[in-house]
Amino acid sequence: MAAMLQRLWNSGPVRAVRAFAAHPLVQRSFVVLTLAVFAYAAWVGLTQAPPDREMGDVQRIMYAHVPMVQMMLLAGTITFVCSVLYLFRASWKTDALAEASAELALVFGAIGTTLGSIWGRPTWGVYWAWDPRLTTVAILLVALAGYLALRRFVDDPERRAVWAAVTGIVIAVDVPIIYFSVKWWKSLHQVQSSPRTVDPQMVHALRWNITAFFLVFIVFLVVRYRIALAARVREVTVPDAAPSRTTQAVAS
Amino acid sequence: MRLPGLVGSTWVLFRKDLLVEWRSRSRVNALVFFSLATLLLFSFALGPDTALLRRNAGGYLWLALLLASVLALGESFRVERENAALEGLRLIPVDARAIFLSKGLANAVLLTALGVLLVPVLVALFDVRVVLSWGRLLTLVGLGCLAIAAPGTLYGAIASHARARDVLLPLLLFPILIPALVAAAKGTTLVFEGDPMDQLPSWISLLGSFDLLYWGLGVVLFPRVVEE
Repeated sequence: MAAMLQRLWNSGPVRAVRAFAAHPLVQRSFVVLTLAVFAYAAWVGLTQAPPDREMGDVQRIMYAHVPMVQMMLLAGTITFVCSVLYLFRASWKTDALAEASAELALVFGAIGTTLGSIWGRPTWGVYWAWDPRLTTVAILLVALAGYLALRRFVDDPERRAVWAAVTGIVIAVDVPIIYFSVKWWKSLHQVQSSPRTVDPQMVHALRWNITAFFLVFIVFLVVRYRIALAARVREVTVPDAAPSRTTQAVAS
Repeated sequence: MRLPGLVGSTWVLFRKDLLVEWRSRSRVNALVFFSLATLLLFSFALGPDTALLRRNAGGYLWLALLLASVLALGESFRVERENAALEGLRLIPVDARAIFLSKGLANAVLLTALGVLLVPVLVALFDVRVVLSWGRLLTLVGLGCLAIAAPGTLYGAIASHARARDVLLPLLLFPILIPALVAAAKGTTLVFEGDPMDQLPSWISLLGSFDLLYWGLGVVLFPRVVEE
């Protein structure tokens, strides 16, 4: 233990943090902490927060729906930033992070939208409404599916990385235009909830759930990033293991 | 020898693309009959309700153009793959931005011509009337086809080198084009049905902004897509 601390002390602050985070014990504790926070947040959301005056218990879906959609936005932003970074300076790390976050954006977005739809049925009377935000998210999810399909359909890792980065930027640029076009197309607007309009106990539950989903997001992202990076390293160093360059050269 | 500048090489390549198209005319023919068949299918799928068909004619026009565009864009890069023509162009060396601009413009011109050809068919099949001026309709068709061509050319270049390229191109392109589709279809419907609220300028400006953004983005990103 003392030797480890000594080594940390000698290696500079950034390296120290990285070495600390890379330690298996630290990582395992982080996962345990995530699970604990998640369980507590679910308990608060399901039992402690008051039921909504008009919507009743259905409103509790919000404690999962809102954080998941927020994580989708966060993941989408990470993909966009990584795509831009990759085009400026090619690195397998940004490419792997872009892939990991795009997948998470799709997963969190799809579940978040489904939850919102389940909530919408008893509240609005319909599963789906052509609201600008709803529609924008739905289009974004389809576009993300296309992005991930592109990654599956290109064998050469370098070309795949560049093309995926280009696609990531094109999709990200589209999001505000989609929002405005749908808004003009049909203006059925939802009033956005803010902490001022919501009961403090509900805010408490929502904050815990956002924290919990954020921790889950971090765990997923790190795990998926490592898998993506390992796959990339395998593709580049052992090309025979994956039919990449050689078949591409023959085909084109 | 002095190489031509960006505008010069774009013009030369643009003429080359149109010439290649004109020599065979196979793509134009296929596109015309494909989109005619699409328009017919819409009317059969929705029944013989003339009022309904007329009300939705603007949307059908853009759906037919959008479906045809996938064929046109895929074909425009298949031509370049034969005999590695694209690699040859890159070796001359031609500025990759000129390749994007010329290919995109050629695709836009082809689609606009198709759109112009489809309007009389709409008039005949769906009994639409051009209430506002023909100039506005032409502006909409032109801007809409430019909107399809810019991301379409970018994605066409990507998809032409990937596996399952016929599936990939629409999968990438359609979600991106939704704002352009909304603006173009709404605008065209206004031209056919009349525009009492004067909404047409805002749809045209939305389409114009979409064009500016994606043509700019294409010029910046395309060189990275085709680099070796």
